[in-house]
Amino acid sequence: MSPIMAVIIPFIGALAIALAARHPRLRDTLSFLLPIPLFLIVISVAIIRLGLGDPMVQPLIELLPGLEITLAVQPLGLIFALLAATLYLAATPYAIGYMRAGGYYHLGRFMACYAIALGATMGIAFAENLLTLYVFYEILSISTYPLVAHTGTDKARAGARTYIALLLVTSVGLMLPAMIWIWQVAGTLSFTSGGILAGQIGPGAGAALLVILLYGIGKAALMPFHRWLPAAMVAPTPVSALLHAVAVVKAGVFSVLTVVLYIFGLDYVVTLVTQPVMLYVAVFTMLAASLVALHQDNLKARLAYSTVSQLAYIVTGALLATELSALGGGLHMLMHGFGKITLFFCAGAIYVASGINTVSGMNGLARRMPLTMLAFFIGALCVIGLPPTGGFWSKWYLVSGAWSAEHYVVVAAFVLSTLLNIAYLLPPVMRAFLKPLPEGDTKPVRIQEAPALCLVPLLVTAAGTLVLFVLADPALQMLKLGIAS
Amino acid sequence: MIDTITEMMPFIVLVPLIAGPICALLPGRGLPWALATISASVAFVLAAMTLGAVFHGETLRYAFGDWAPPIGIEYRVDAANAFVALLITGMAAILLPWGKALVDDEVPERQGSFYGLFLIALAGLLGITLTGDVFNVFVFLEISSLATYGLIAHGQDRRALLAAFRYLIMGTVGATFLLIGIAFMYILTGSLNMVDLAERLPVDEGSRALQVGLGFIVVGLSIKLALFPLHHWLPNAYTYAPTLISTFLAATATKVALYVMLRFIFDVFGPAYSFMALPLSAGFMALALAGMFAGSWLAIFQTNLKRMLAYSSVAQVGYMVLGVSLVTVAGLMAAFLHLFNHGLMKAALFASAGLIIYRTGSLRMEALRGIGRQMPWTLTAFALAGVSLVGVPPTAGFISKWYLISAAIEADQLWLVALILVTSLMALIYIARIIELVWLQPRPEGAPVVEEVPWGLLVPVWMLVAANFYFGIDTRLTVGAASAAAQALTGGVLLP
Amino acid sequence: MTVLSLFNYWAVVVLMMIGYYCVIVRGNMIKKIIGLGIFQTSVFILFISAGKVLGGSTPILRDGVSIYSNPLPHVLILTAIVVGIATTAVGLALTVRIREAFGSIDDDDLDAAQKDDAE
Repeated sequence: MSPIMAVIIPFIGALAIALAARHPRLRDTLSFLLPIPLFLIVISVAIIRLGLGDPMVQPLIELLPGLEITLAVQPLGLIFALLAATLYLAATPYAIGYMRAGGYYHLGRFMACYAIALGATMGIAFAENLLTLYVFYEILSISTYPLVAHTGTDKARAGARTYIALLLVTSVGLMLPAMIWIWQVAGTLSFTSGGILAGQIGPGAGAALLVILLYGIGKAALMPFHRWLPAAMVAPTPVSALLHAVAVVKAGVFSVLTVVLYIFGLDYVVTLVTQPVMLYVAVFTMLAASLVALHQDNLKARLAYSTVSQLAYIVTGALLATELSALGGGLHMLMHGFGKITLFFCAGAIYVASGINTVSGMNGLARRMPLTMLAFFIGALCVIGLPPTGGFWSKWYLVSGAWSAEHYVVVAAFVLSTLLNIAYLLPPVMRAFLKPLPEGDTKPVRIQEAPALCLVPLLVTAAGTLVLFVLADPALQMLKLGIAS
Repeated sequence: MIDTITEMMPFIVLVPLIAGPICALLPGRGLPWALATISASVAFVLAAMTLGAVFHGETLRYAFGDWAPPIGIEYRVDAANAFVALLITGMAAILLPWGKALVDDEVPERQGSFYGLFLIALAGLLGITLTGDVFNVFVFLEISSLATYGLIAHGQDRRALLAAFRYLIMGTVGATFLLIGIAFMYILTGSLNMVDLAERLPVDEGSRALQVGLGFIVVGLSIKLALFPLHHWLPNAYTYAPTLISTFLAATATKVALYVMLRFIFDVFGPAYSFMALPLSAGFMALALAGMFAGSWLAIFQTNLKRMLAYSSVAQVGYMVLGVSLVTVAGLMAAFLHLFNHGLMKAALFASAGLIIYRTGSLRMEALRGIGRQMPWTLTAFALAGVSLVGVPPTAGFISKWYLISAAIEADQLWLVALILVTSLMALIYIARIIELVWLQPRPEGAPVVEEVPWGLLVPVWMLVAANFYFGIDTRLTVGAASAAAQALTGGVLLP
Repeated sequence: MTVLSLFNYWAVVVLMMIGYYCVIVRGNMIKKIIGLGIFQTSVFILFISAGKVLGGSTPILRDGVSIYSNPLPHVLILTAIVVGIATTAVGLALTVRIREAFGSIDDDDLDAAQKDDAE
């Protein structure tokens, strides 16, 4: 049991699915089964890491002299991998159910690319150095492009074009040169506690590098490079759920956290003159995206902008450069993952069961889809940050971190953003439960949920947010292993 | 062992050279093709063995007729030209088996002479690569060029004739310039042997004649290299030539010209003189950048698939020359690396484009709308090769880009890094345009249904694509050889 | 050495410019090929005339001669002449084929015909 297996298995699975593309039963069976061994491997890797303390560093191949593609199990990465593997278990049945119910074609290509994206995510989670992370980051961008453009309509193509253009421009144009620069000055790209740049580079260069690298990680959706997220909404909902909870966005903020913690180092990053600048960029993103979300009637668009805002929470946590806030950022990665995937699952279920995709059309929906709306409510609580969901703990640590660093403006921003979250996440719930069905709705009022393949996963992830309320402490302890000084 | 390889090394050139006329006499289709393929494969094996022998810095020298240099002509092989020879023979060995169906389609008659010309062109390119005598370079250059003009003229479209003629004019002017440069070198020293010239050239005397000689050589080779703005022959030649020829040329012709230029500049004249006598560093850098931008920009607006790839080649030549213009060992290494990797990339791209044309009969992008579903394997190969061109890991293109950017950073030219990345993103635009066109757009009503090509045609293309990914992951061969090549040319001294 | 005594180099320059002019400016393909030939000839003269040793006689071994001119350039240029012939031959063959395919061998007509051809 080692990280390499976690990375390879999804790729092999993708190949198998691609070859079985013409045989729906075989293809679906393979797709259902693939998350299981992945989950088991990640769990066993976790046990080995936490129980024996063995990081299982695995150099794979020397890509360039002195630079190897290396995998290692680090606490932050482990959390990310666990998140991805667990949610993949839920997302696969959901995807199959949704795509079947929605009458989509080309499921072979879809599920194969899905699997490749998960393999790339594992590679990012278990990366030992920046080059490894970059390689898998790019594989992730490219493998998700066909997923976004899946339906092939004009809108889908335009959205996918924005998606891939923004991601590749930032990664090739900013992240790549930053990475080469770091390698030239520091002589290594390995993630090390305390960072590798302190003392190796002048203050001006370091400051510039921070900006270039943070913007280069386009998947973290810092404004103004956030447009790819709403543009990717043209994708079928299982893809949005994957993008906005599991793989792409979390890869982005995971990369930001990793870079700030293990390339720059918390102590070094506060000395950089651009750190407060980027901090305020993140805070601005947090608030601006929430404001935009308020005005979105399309449910998925609203959730997309909410994601932009929530990602900025994590970036803020990283840039506040205190242990507490970094812990909060890592925890929020986990909590937001579960919460957002629940919300997206619900949005997709609503669309598949009743054809509604706007907030204003959700009046009285709870009469038809009580379980879905209940799950939506719980997911919303998690994203807002209220007990009894896990989101409460991540918010708590983030705010505590800001307070302890005496960044009171940031604290105020967190509070304001929470209020905005309530303002855009609760109205759909209230409409569904409290408002009557729209006039002219002549269909019988009986419970008509989405198919079970869709319904069960969303209930499971909603329950997951409740479980995480209790399990937040073990997660926190795991994170502390990597973040404690 | 080294002696055996030294004895066998000239056969890299001799086997195709002898097989060429024999091939021209063979009737039918199968026999000429078989002879050509066997000759190319033999040459490839020999080239691989030769590279193995010189990998660690040795030099093989073979004097023809046992007449000792500098009076006699010799072949002199070190890591630099062994690497290039490997690329050329490798391309020939892979593309010839692949190209049979395409050649049968495009050049149905007199295949004996067609393959004979191909072998002569191959022998010519290899002769340029392996020789240690400057006049020999001229002779083989003209041999390969003449054969190439003939090969291009076999293209189905009548504009191939015009393309061949224009290439003839420009190519002959270029070769004649090279001859003038050689004349000056000979008049100054009385020698034609590269090693001997390196010792005898009066580099310290401020000789005007030497300066002019170098200038003519650089300009003449720049025409063959298709360095902007002397690239005008390339787009038409690559577009209208038969598919096998376009693919082969795109992967090899300009690379050999670059190698010869580097051999002259670094080995014969010496970098200290070359870069002082002429403003080569600034000149190359400016022209390389111009080529990168002009090539990428023009590629974006093309409506013909092969022409788009041709302009992309002009841009890629710019990258190689940019590495040279940095005048460091790292830059030179990046240039050699990109020489090899670009050969792989462009071969895969042109090959898959060729398969598309084979099935659809048209070069126009409009005819390609929505065929992704009908030719999935071919277009996936194209897409993956395109990914390598843009420079996304884990491909060979990424490795080239990395080394080029590293060399630029090491030389403190950070603005070059920005320009390299901008042009890479331009490459992304024209590749993505094709991918979107073939996959994400519906096939128009009434468009003919095309079938996927037989797997025999797909296998070599996928081998090239796999090579792109393989050399993007296991870089020991390519990086090691490029490094050895750079060391061989410069003696490992970091240049001022 | 006066400027006038370098007359061979002047000949080279003049021929080279004439040849180059023909290649570039003249639109008729035959004229281009002729120009190319003149251009190449100028280079041949450069080589050969540089091989003449002052006071030297023809490079054929015989009694009574102690200084010979350099025979090597002659040999080299023989090779180059052959190359030039081959180039001219290929060029003319292409011209014939172009005439068959396009009906003209003039640059302007050919440019127009090229534009008319569908992509």
